[in-house]
Amino acid sequence: MARIAILSYIKRNSLVHELTGTTKLIFFIAWSVASMVTYDTRVLVGMLLLSIVIFKVSRIKIRDISFVLGLAAVFLLMNNLFVYLFSPEYGVGLYESRTVLFTIAGPYTVTLQQLFYHLNMTMKVICVVPVALLFIACTDPSEFAASLANIGVSYRIGYSVSLALRYIPDVQREYHNISQAQQARGIDLSGKDKLFTRMKNSVAILLPLVLSSLNRIETISNAMELRGFGKNKKRTWYSLRRMKRNDWIVVALVLAVLVIDLVVTFWDGSRYYNPFI
Amino acid sequence: MKKLSVKSVVAIGIGAALFFVLGKISIPTPVPNTYISLQYAIQAVLATLFGPIAGLLIGFVGHTLIDATSYGPWWSWIIASAFAGLVIGLVTMKMDIDEGIDTKKIVRFNIAQAIAHLLAWGLVAPCLDILIYSEPVEKLFAQGLVAGISNILTTGIVGTLLLVAYAKTIVKKGSLNKED
Repeated sequence: MARIAILSYIKRNSLVHELTGTTKLIFFIAWSVASMVTYDTRVLVGMLLLSIVIFKVSRIKIRDISFVLGLAAVFLLMNNLFVYLFSPEYGVGLYESRTVLFTIAGPYTVTLQQLFYHLNMTMKVICVVPVALLFIACTDPSEFAASLANIGVSYRIGYSVSLALRYIPDVQREYHNISQAQQARGIDLSGKDKLFTRMKNSVAILLPLVLSSLNRIETISNAMELRGFGKNKKRTWYSLRRMKRNDWIVVALVLAVLVIDLVVTFWDGSRYYNPFI
Repeated sequence: MKKLSVKSVVAIGIGAALFFVLGKISIPTPVPNTYISLQYAIQAVLATLFGPIAGLLIGFVGHTLIDATSYGPWWSWIIASAFAGLVIGLVTMKMDIDEGIDTKKIVRFNIAQAIAHLLAWGLVAPCLDILIYSEPVEKLFAQGLVAGISNILTTGIVGTLLLVAYAKTIVKKGSLNKED
């Protein structure tokens, strides 16, 4: 198994990087909520355009994240395909009209409404992708825990998240070492073995991993306890930055997006924008 | 809410890291976006050892990290993962594995994980998907069913084996006998 390509922090100089982690966290959460609530095409197109603008501003290149985009594309394609296979007339019910374009076979007709539904569904996912990727690529992991604490999450949970980010590379290295050692002993996880054998074999890798992780938990929690972690109600963060003018502007902007999103979506009493009636 | 102990804080952190790493190496099934996921076996074991809050947060943090570094968060499934950890932790509460393991505990662990994954993927995930993404019901329940069954099988086989092997490594209280 080669090193898995994982998206991580990419240091650049840009407006997006300069914002505090707190701002980006609020933006990310508000943006996710906005995209989850709405199914209105007009809002989705607006959000999609805005997210592309933000992506340009961040100076993260497409090639930095191309492998992730590939994954996202496959995910979306499969999702769309299966929605269509299970329910080719779903859009017709949703938009209460039926305009048949052509018929493939049997019940599988292509209607304008179904295509429109697929378009909306896809946009709903796509408009979050750049924001989520930027959030990971532009936020310094060490600032992330401070941001969580800053928006009111208990600092213990913030610390857990920061520990997770800190130990992902270690756990990954350990997994790699153990699996190589076990492969040298003839234990195989690849497709050559039967599924059940593969599962049993995975225990041979997971057990050392779990035991060493439990040891690690012991060591780290002892070290933290020795330093008095959790004695006080509050905790300060070395990497916490103060909100500047730009931060407030961005927070105001995303809240405005959220409000517009809610108003436009629910103004006519329906979550869907229906151009067919 | 009771304050998290230092040990739980660390267990959540390391557990989420494990969840993330294992989540990235999963074996695909023929249904879209559904995998044989070893991370749920680890989550179940850690939820049994460290309790429901740890199980919940390991699922939530780990799954959010997996999604955010691949195609943006799919919140309904993240919440379902967290929910599964919570339920396993609740049902197996006060089941002290450090005191040794017997058939009764193994059965309880498996009932816990079966209920948890059945509810999480058969009910929580599809219902949230209908609410948020408004996808066809049939597709969601088929997807949830496959995910649920594959997770129950993975956790049942791999999780149980891990738990038994772990219990064997612990030296039990009073395991030393005085020689006459």
